[in-house]
Amino acid sequence: MSRVPGPFRSQLRAELTVVLRNGEQLLLTLIIPVLLLVFFSTVDVLPTGDVREPIDFLTPGVLALAVMSSAMVSLGIATGFERGYKVLKRLGATPLGRPRWLAAKITTVIVVQMIQLVVLVPVALVLGWDAGSARWLLAVGAVITGTIAFGGVGLFIAGRLRAEINLAAQNGLYLVLLLLGGMVIPFDELPEPLAAVAKCLPSGALADVLRDALVGGADRPGTSWLVLGAWAVVAPALTALTFRWE
Amino acid sequence: MTSDASAGFSRIDRTERTLEVENLSVRYGEVLAVDSVSFTARPGEVTAVLGPNGAGKTSTIEVCEGLRRRSSGHVRVLGLDPHRDRRSLANRMGIMLQEGGVYPSARPIDVVRQYCGLYSSGSGKAANPDELIELVGLSERRRTAWRRLSGGEKQRLSLALALAARPAIVFLDEPTSGVDVNGRTMIRSIIRNLADEGSTVILATHELDEAEKVCDRVVIFDKGKVLVNGTLDDVRKARQAVRLRTAKPLDLDAMPENLVGWLVEEAPGNYTIEDAPQGLIGALAVWLSERGIDVIELRAGMSSLEDVFKDLTGGRS
Repeated sequence: MSRVPGPFRSQLRAELTVVLRNGEQLLLTLIIPVLLLVFFSTVDVLPTGDVREPIDFLTPGVLALAVMSSAMVSLGIATGFERGYKVLKRLGATPLGRPRWLAAKITTVIVVQMIQLVVLVPVALVLGWDAGSARWLLAVGAVITGTIAFGGVGLFIAGRLRAEINLAAQNGLYLVLLLLGGMVIPFDELPEPLAAVAKCLPSGALADVLRDALVGGADRPGTSWLVLGAWAVVAPALTALTFRWE
Repeated sequence: MTSDASAGFSRIDRTERTLEVENLSVRYGEVLAVDSVSFTARPGEVTAVLGPNGAGKTSTIEVCEGLRRRSSGHVRVLGLDPHRDRRSLANRMGIMLQEGGVYPSARPIDVVRQYCGLYSSGSGKAANPDELIELVGLSERRRTAWRRLSGGEKQRLSLALALAARPAIVFLDEPTSGVDVNGRTMIRSIIRNLADEGSTVILATHELDEAEKVCDRVVIFDKGKVLVNGTLDDVRKARQAVRLRTAKPLDLDAMPENLVGWLVEEAPGNYTIEDAPQGLIGALAVWLSERGIDVIELRAGMSSLEDVFKDLTGGRS
């Protein structure tokens, strides 16, 4: 019998097991992003403008989508069910504590994102993405800020709604943001009022700053950083104020 | 885990109050769920918190566990405030929720390992996961997802989680609900062993016969208040009564004074006699047979908890 690891590692292991054993979550975090990347870069249906290669437009957008799926949808759905099944309540009577619980959640998201990167970046390179001008440090900063923003949104919803409604809400929001977000569809293709809304959403903002960092020629990276930063402050703060453990 | 767990408790101080609840009230909006309740529990004993559903048992237990805030009153668990000292208390306390607490896809051995890990940094004496699984009889089901376990198996896994800390005090909320006969016997014997090894066990249940088989002390709740609080024997003795049922109603006016003074008519044909003096029952039997009145039932002895409970609450259980 091997030694039992401490509270944080025990919790992290439990969190990872839930996420990695769940087929639907893998579909959302890995398979859909890969499919979108392959499909839209090889089938020329997406209006990505004349000058850009589709894959150069798509790669940052799909990475933004991947961040949204792991930090918001995957985290939010799992947490919602844990609330519903009283897992959180039960953990509340152990020495784990909220800081270590949150740290285990965040680490789980980071591990999933590492797997996403390891899968998506080589696929994008094979499909012809030119990573020569990528500013990786800036991209990592964008992913971190985006993770905080989307994590806040996911936990905000999970902390208020019943588990089944939360599941529907997270998936619905994923689809809406995917279509509205400037992730696979450029802002220019949206009707003006819709594009204005889309630019204020964390999805559009993250895609835009990632596009700036990874390929250059983004829409308006300065404003997008402001939008993303604001979401990263407001969403977690709102969650902290409203989250119901039970 | 038996030998190790008992090591720290070789001498049980049964006069110590490991749980003190004093004038506790819990209010949900307009509803007063727990109304100025007081009781204590001691190490080495199983204290049963009894009452119908909605009597305030779970609210009271959850305040003691630090999961719910009290509206007023005073609660001390192992000398600590369950809300303020939650973190330090968590290392020495085991709990079993009334339901849930485990992710449906999780496997028993993984959850038990997780919980043993959660307690491993504290006083450094978390239980061994394999032994715990064995103790609750889930060795064959260790790799079966929680959602595929039977009601009884789920309860036994929850019990295992409550024991992961090798706790000094354990709160069990309806541990035998939905459990079959074999499972009940196993759970009862685990509970008894825990107390015998020196833990304080608080057992909340509405199953009076289960409680009666395992508890030392009884706290009976109804409508948010404590009706009775004492050792099992005291509670049963206090309600000791002779029950008499006759084929037809007795004419009490025709009865001699020395007999009728002891008789309480519950309903025509249904009587109880409390604290009967010696010879009374004999005299009564003679008087009845002389008049040719058939006795359907004449029963003396200690009341069951069920009787006590029906007496107190007017038949609801």
